[in-house]
Amino acid sequence: METSFTEQFRQFIEGEKSAGGRELREKAFAVFAALGFPTPNDEDWKYTNVAPLSREPWVVPPLMLSPSDFDRNEDRIAGFDFGRNGFTALNMAFACFSIHVIPKDMAFAEPIKLEYSAANRMMTSPHVVIIAEAGSKATIVESYHASSSGFTNAVTRVMVGDNANITHYRVQRNAPDAFNIGTTDVTLGAGSSYDSTNINLGGRLSRHDIDLKFTAEGGEAWVDGLYMLGGNQHHDTHSIIDHTVPNCNSHQTYKGVLNDNSRGVFNGKVFVRENAHGTDAQQSNKNLLLSNDARVDTKPQLEIFNDDVKCSHGATVGQLEEEQLFYLLTRGLPEVLAKNLLTYGFAEEVINKIGIESIKKELDVAVLNRLGRPIEL
Amino acid sequence: MLLEVKDLHAGIEGKEILKGLNLQVKKGEVHAIMGPNGSGKSTLSKVLAGHPTYEVISGEVLFEGKNLLELEPDERAREGVFMAFQYPVEVPGVSNSQFLRLAYNQKMLHHGLEELDPLEFNDYLKEKAKIVDMDPQFFKRSVNEGFSGGEKKRNEILQMAVLEPKLAVLDETDSGLDIDALRIVAEGVNKLRSSENAIILVTHYQRLLNYIQPDFVHVLANGKIVKEGGKELALELEEKGYDWVKGAAV
Ligand SMILES: Nc1ncnc2c1ncn2[C@@H]1O[C@H](COP(=O)(O)OP(=O)(O)O)[C@@H](O)[C@H]1O
Ligand SMILES: [Mg+2]
Repeated sequence: METSFTEQFRQFIEGEKSAGGRELREKAFAVFAALGFPTPNDEDWKYTNVAPLSREPWVVPPLMLSPSDFDRNEDRIAGFDFGRNGFTALNMAFACFSIHVIPKDMAFAEPIKLEYSAANRMMTSPHVVIIAEAGSKATIVESYHASSSGFTNAVTRVMVGDNANITHYRVQRNAPDAFNIGTTDVTLGAGSSYDSTNINLGGRLSRHDIDLKFTAEGGEAWVDGLYMLGGNQHHDTHSIIDHTVPNCNSHQTYKGVLNDNSRGVFNGKVFVRENAHGTDAQQSNKNLLLSNDARVDTKPQLEIFNDDVKCSHGATVGQLEEEQLFYLLTRGLPEVLAKNLLTYGFAEEVINKIGIESIKKELDVAVLNRLGRPIEL
Repeated sequence: MLLEVKDLHAGIEGKEILKGLNLQVKKGEVHAIMGPNGSGKSTLSKVLAGHPTYEVISGEVLFEGKNLLELEPDERAREGVFMAFQYPVEVPGVSNSQFLRLAYNQKMLHHGLEELDPLEFNDYLKEKAKIVDMDPQFFKRSVNEGFSGGEKKRNEILQMAVLEPKLAVLDETDSGLDIDALRIVAEGVNKLRSSENAIILVTHYQRLLNYIQPDFVHVLANGKIVKEGGKELALELEEKGYDWVKGAAV
């Protein structure tokens, strides 16, 4: 398939000095050329039409030296299955790699900060590999804050080693006309923990795929999130939590707040494989519709191939409670403020997980000021 | 006159519940409205607060001489009308202190007065909490969530203390309280009672009136006030039961 990327790729690849790097990128680009962008005919993209994104003539910046050298990191980079869809293949072809290693038994006092903002009409393709070695501990703060109509197509991989503990905050607050596609790929070692909070507030069209797999016993994961949309925004979270081994726990709480004509999609698969006995998997997706024109499609899916498990899942779609609203009004809160406060209350469970005060504050403000006059808590 | 209710007819879903109710309340007065279950006490409270599902069919309600019925619930509150709910509502995810500060500051803003920042408000709240003997640990908790029945009622009176309304309508604030909690809540209300405000105690039972002495007692039956008197009327009612007044006209 000939795309606006073909010629750009020819020039781009000139900048790749590593033979291994060239080979991998060329392979990835061939896969992208064959797959193209997903369409609503693909089951996983049924509710998310990426046509507004795919018809734009995105400009790819030339390959600067990636922050991390390809040759020294080839093994780490090569392990990723980029062929899952056109976006992951495109990411690999144009990837800007950065590799972070948290050495064995080391605890990072400061968070690892990953900040991205695609410039107007530009496509950026960050590809981050985080390796938390055995017994290590760190917090990752991944944030997207494009100020204009750019396109970010990111891949973030987190390999949590045995007994390592990772906290991951992913905050997408792009301008309302930006595009954001991201894949988070996580593996958990024995006795490790991974606690993630995924916030999506910005962008015209955003899609986040989370793929989490327990590879050894005793792992525990939290995969939580909040999408808060208005105007004509569209957000789609697709998550897969795969219990392939015994005695691991997963918790998932996703909340959605949808106003105006916005559209949300949540698809959460939890697999409990045949030998994954002793699994505890909890999943919930709750949505609050603030307008009659907003819409959400939610599909929590639990697939259990094993009896010795504790699992629950559920989804709700509702509106603000009239009695709660009346209660706040009778205390003198104007309607807009009362609605904002109730919305905040709905989202609070997810926001309050955030352990970094500056990010939490920023979200408090963003959520509370959703409608009308700003308030402060 | 602080509150004047004139020949009020109101109801819900086409059903008339209040059938010509009259009431006059002056500053500094405490009125008790007593009546059997289903007589319309909560309906009156909700109509005064402006609940959207209750319809006013006819009649007038004046608050400080102005038409109360044309104000939105939040405007009524900022003007100084307060209702303590018979069944206080839980608001998950919103802390008591955040909620109270927002409410307090809205009132300040409305009257062109200085708003309080979180630290200042916390001091103010601590003082107010003493009135109902409330542990400051309740400030951090979500509004009414997981509170016992008695704690919810105490929280209502705390809100009244914070907002300092001109008119407080307390709907069955005594229900669900054990004797100690009743005493604390009643003492709280007594401390808030002043020559500048008025209180309407809505209650089924006389026992609250042992603690809070009303100036006037009105008996509501079948949507109308059927008997009025001083505080001794409550005792008489307790003795003779509601059958004594049912159907009687004033
Ligand atoms: N939401 C409602 N829908 C239908 N009927 C109601 C509703 N609320 C109250 N009523 C009816 O109105 C009458 C008065 O109720 P209420 O004002 O709650 O009485 P009280 O508080 O004195 O016990 C009762 O017959 C009750 O069943
Ligand atoms: Mg009642």
